[in-house]
Amino acid sequence: MATDAKAATSYEEGLKGASEKVAEFREDRSPLKRVQHWLHQTPSAVPMIVLIVAIIIFGFLSENFFKAGTLSTILQQIAIVGILGCAQTLVVLTAGIDLSVGAIAVFSSVLMGQATFRYGIPAELSIVIGLILGTAMGAVNGLLIAKMKLPPFIATLGTWQILLASNFIFSANETIRSSDIEEKARALQFWGGSIQPGGVKILYAVFLMIVLVAIMSYVLRSTAWGRHVYATGDDPQAAELAGVPTKNVLIQVYALAGFFCAIAGWVMIGRFGSVSPTASTGQLGNIQSITAVVIGGISLFGGRGSIVGMFFGALIVGVFEMGLRLVGTDPQWTFFLIGVLIIFAVAVDQWIRKVAG
Amino acid sequence: MEPILTGRNLVKRYGKVTALDNCDFDLYPGEILAVIGDNGAGKSTLIKAVSGAVIPDEGEITLEGRKIRFTNPIEARQAGIETVYQTLAMSPALSIADNIFMGRELRKPGIMGSVFRQLDRAAMEKFARAKLNELGLMTIQNINQAVETLSGGQRQGVAVARAAAFGSKVVILDEPTAALGVKESRRVLELIRDVRSRGIPIILISHNMPHVFEVADRIHIHRLGKRLCVINPKDYTMSDAVAFMTGAKLPEGVTEAA
Repeated sequence: MATDAKAATSYEEGLKGASEKVAEFREDRSPLKRVQHWLHQTPSAVPMIVLIVAIIIFGFLSENFFKAGTLSTILQQIAIVGILGCAQTLVVLTAGIDLSVGAIAVFSSVLMGQATFRYGIPAELSIVIGLILGTAMGAVNGLLIAKMKLPPFIATLGTWQILLASNFIFSANETIRSSDIEEKARALQFWGGSIQPGGVKILYAVFLMIVLVAIMSYVLRSTAWGRHVYATGDDPQAAELAGVPTKNVLIQVYALAGFFCAIAGWVMIGRFGSVSPTASTGQLGNIQSITAVVIGGISLFGGRGSIVGMFFGALIVGVFEMGLRLVGTDPQWTFFLIGVLIIFAVAVDQWIRKVAG
Repeated sequence: MEPILTGRNLVKRYGKVTALDNCDFDLYPGEILAVIGDNGAGKSTLIKAVSGAVIPDEGEITLEGRKIRFTNPIEARQAGIETVYQTLAMSPALSIADNIFMGRELRKPGIMGSVFRQLDRAAMEKFARAKLNELGLMTIQNINQAVETLSGGQRQGVAVARAAAFGSKVVILDEPTAALGVKESRRVLELIRDVRSRGIPIILISHNMPHVFEVADRIHIHRLGKRLCVINPKDYTMSDAVAFMTGAKLPEGVTEAA
């Protein structure tokens, strides 16, 4: 016994005199490493820099770019994508993806319109119904993913088709005209209203988008629920063991995403005036919101990034579209450059995630 | 002395596999109980049953004489049983403070906390720093550093500190030194003794016989889904223990049904 124990401890004798410090944090890093660390802690910095550079370049290339009207138009054009992006951000932070955001938005707008025009429900109540049903559609995604363990891509690919088809069937492809809505249901068009300080038109929808981003930024950063969303996306097993109810978090995230999509649907009525089941958002909303999220530096692997980054991402897309139009190039260059940006953003994300190495 | 934590006739089946077969278990106040056993002997299942990660099919667990039944790890934690899993259960992208308080965050007092649900970061950081320092763990420059930027030993230290900070009754450590170097292992073993010296009993699961024999007060040898015997490390050698857990030798007074 004695020899056994001795043999067991003797191999550690060489440790005597070795440094006892275990958990010290060294800070001698190269400048590049420091940049990497800074980006690691401030994930929205990259899109912010890209945005500023883009604004400066377009400011030089086109004298009209810095006019207040141009800037307010850009904000107006990204309002819907920005709100869908809030939904997509939540989902992507949990390492998921939501392909049904556009479909939920269009279907919700159709439900709000038809509730009033087909069933005669007061517009205000129709809006509430639309918001509830949009949330329910999101919750179905959440249940499929959390309870039935379907991969988010497949689950939402399915619900995208189902919801979009239901939308066409339910509405019988019927568009509700802008003039009718103006006459009978002004509340549906609320977000299309604007204030015009000094002749520059700013839609209420723009303020709504900014308020939603600000609220979600606070929720994600400064509440326990927000930390749970990050933890769920970062490492679900670890989060579960640490006491995070990951299934509930997932269902809540998809339901909240559905709610944001329904809000986007309401905003669409204000932006376009009419209620159209064939609105392009149904097909393009997914790709646009994912683009904003990715360019905004949010990791598709979950748990990293900030919603403010998504806002910058949406702005970058808006600035490119507007800037290139003012410069007068072929509009295809917009898509070309956005494609380059997406790849750049994901490459930067990969680099940042290697920070530990 | 009464055991603080006991298991009686615990059974857990996974399909046709019986991971726990009428297993008994006792932990006494203030001791370090090592649990050893061959791969597949059911150690992990036993520990998960005690820590709430697995619900046993049969049998009962008592804590301080009261019967308990956990359906998830959070309930076990609320009862004062903290577990450091082999995987550490930390979110790599989140900060040290975030990880220490994951699932039990502190909110600000007053309306900011109750209505706006705002986290009290200052209080959480202060507490986290105090706990790490209390265990002599680190000279911290940045408690908001992401866990993934820490070394293996540092992460283990944070995980043990988290368990020690909140584990009022029992701390369970699953293979705490498995992924660590010699020096870091030494530090963690000291950490384990520090935790015991504060009167908190520890369950240590390990394959590392030198470590087990060094720190354990008693050794629970697990074999074929049940407790084969409990030995005092002063009375047996490591090779005895290995022989018992692999079935090469039977301890006195124990017969094993083939």
